[in-house]
Amino acid sequence: MDERRAPRRGVSPRLWLAGGWLLLALLAAIFAPLVAPQDPLAQDLMLERLPPFWLDGAEPGYWLGTDSLGRDLLSRLIFGGRIAFIVAFAAAIATCLVGSTLGLISGYFGGWADRIISRIVDVWMAFPPVLFAILLVAVLGTGLSSVIIAIAVIDWTRFCRVIRAETMGQSRMDYVENARIAGYGRIGIMLREVLPNVVPSIVALLSLEMGIAVIVEAILSFVNLSISTDDPTWGGIIAEGRISIHQAWWVLVFPLITLILTVLSFSQFGEALKTRFDPVLR
Amino acid sequence: MSACLDIRDLSAVLPNGQRVLRSVSLSVQPGEVRALVGESGAGKTMIGKAVLGVLPSSVRIVEGDMLLEGEDLGRLEPKARRTLIGARTALIPQDPLTALNPSRRIGSQMTDRLVRILGWSGERADTRIRQLLDEVQIRDPDRVLKSYPHELSGGMRQRVLIAAAFAAEPRLIVADEPTTALDVTVQKQILRLIAQLQRDHGTAILFVTHDLGVVAKISQKVSVLYAGKVVEEAETAALFAAPQHPYTRALMAATPRYTDPFASLKPVDEAVLAGLAAEIAAADQAWRRPHG
Repeated sequence: MDERRAPRRGVSPRLWLAGGWLLLALLAAIFAPLVAPQDPLAQDLMLERLPPFWLDGAEPGYWLGTDSLGRDLLSRLIFGGRIAFIVAFAAAIATCLVGSTLGLISGYFGGWADRIISRIVDVWMAFPPVLFAILLVAVLGTGLSSVIIAIAVIDWTRFCRVIRAETMGQSRMDYVENARIAGYGRIGIMLREVLPNVVPSIVALLSLEMGIAVIVEAILSFVNLSISTDDPTWGGIIAEGRISIHQAWWVLVFPLITLILTVLSFSQFGEALKTRFDPVLR
Repeated sequence: MSACLDIRDLSAVLPNGQRVLRSVSLSVQPGEVRALVGESGAGKTMIGKAVLGVLPSSVRIVEGDMLLEGEDLGRLEPKARRTLIGARTALIPQDPLTALNPSRRIGSQMTDRLVRILGWSGERADTRIRQLLDEVQIRDPDRVLKSYPHELSGGMRQRVLIAAAFAAEPRLIVADEPTTALDVTVQKQILRLIAQLQRDHGTAILFVTHDLGVVAKISQKVSVLYAGKVVEEAETAALFAAPQHPYTRALMAATPRYTDPFASLKPVDEAVLAGLAAEIAAADQAWRRPHG
């Protein structure tokens, strides 16, 4: 009997690396005013296009260099993280709530509910997502909340599809039938029996969705549709860096690395969390 | 005394009009074990599901009555039917892995039903569950109750399910091939446990199986099913002593014997199957005429 209780695998290096980066980025974003070495908006044309610290001509205090207006790149990245994380959390949670609820209903009840929801998902997914997002923000107006709403409106289908399929698989299991025989109501079975078995997937998707939200926010900022104020955003910095790539490559490269690391970490973190939430895989 | 379960002329059809149950009649008296034997696809499980009200939505009952302790299930409101079935019946399923919720601990799954459906106090449910676990010879209930299903062996899971089935003192248990998914040595123990608990609790069992050896060991009465039709029905002892229907005789002849392990397996005789096909076609003809 004892070998069945296999020793729990320790926290995997994947989880450490991904979680470590996310924690670092999150803390930096939260305490941005304290940790940022410079004011992210302070322009100084005397300090324009300073290179990062290991190159000749770097100024102390401007670790990753400055952009064409002399603003400190590291500080801008740290402050840009604030918006990235707010969007990531808010949009992913909104997306998850809408998509998972509809997916659960569609997968568990089947029949008409499933047919209607699935058709809506099909039609929804036929729109190119980025175009859809740009269109939505153009209609809703720029601003933090419209970016969040746009992401939820576009991406709920991702949750809906996956959770529907998982729910359908679980609903065919004998334990669901057993609960029917025992006299549980349908909604009770859906919430108490099926939902716990779908949670690992929801958690993984939630983390993945945070990464996607970061990308979408960056794309919208890149096309200048995100937050209309002067607040630095990763997408906005990338857009500026693109223009000055030949004079100051770092303005493009560092935000890109930050973005990629963050998105990758979210998806890896989700995968690792999934295995920890699953009683069978754990 | 009214029968615990009385099925009368039950017919069910698929959407294409094909009959999957052909005027099935059978009854289970209180405290009796009725075996339902047949090949796979004969509709044995379908009858069990019909009784428990969990037929797949594609299968439609077109005729017949099912009486559970004299209450006509077909005439009850869906909600009242669910309550009645939930209170008076239980299922011992075929696959002990999928029949337990993988993400919940055994203890919470077992007590949940008693507490939430039947309104017992948590303490009473816990005592009851431990008593049942003792009856199915689980010696370390604390560990089992804390475990997740995948942490137990197949035999242990089936014991847990048997304990759960008997916990609320149902009048009728449908046992759907409860030993098929287990290996042979465990099968015997599980069968013995079911028989033991059945005697102790006086529960009627509708025992679905394809194994005539199991039928002989556990049941008092047998119904032999072929293509959704009861072809023979008898006391178990009488059936084995003198099978009447040629299909029953052919099934018995096809059962492998330990006394002659090197004999090749015999399929059911072609002529018998042809006879059965004719019998079923005639029955369908006769049934269709009044039913259009």
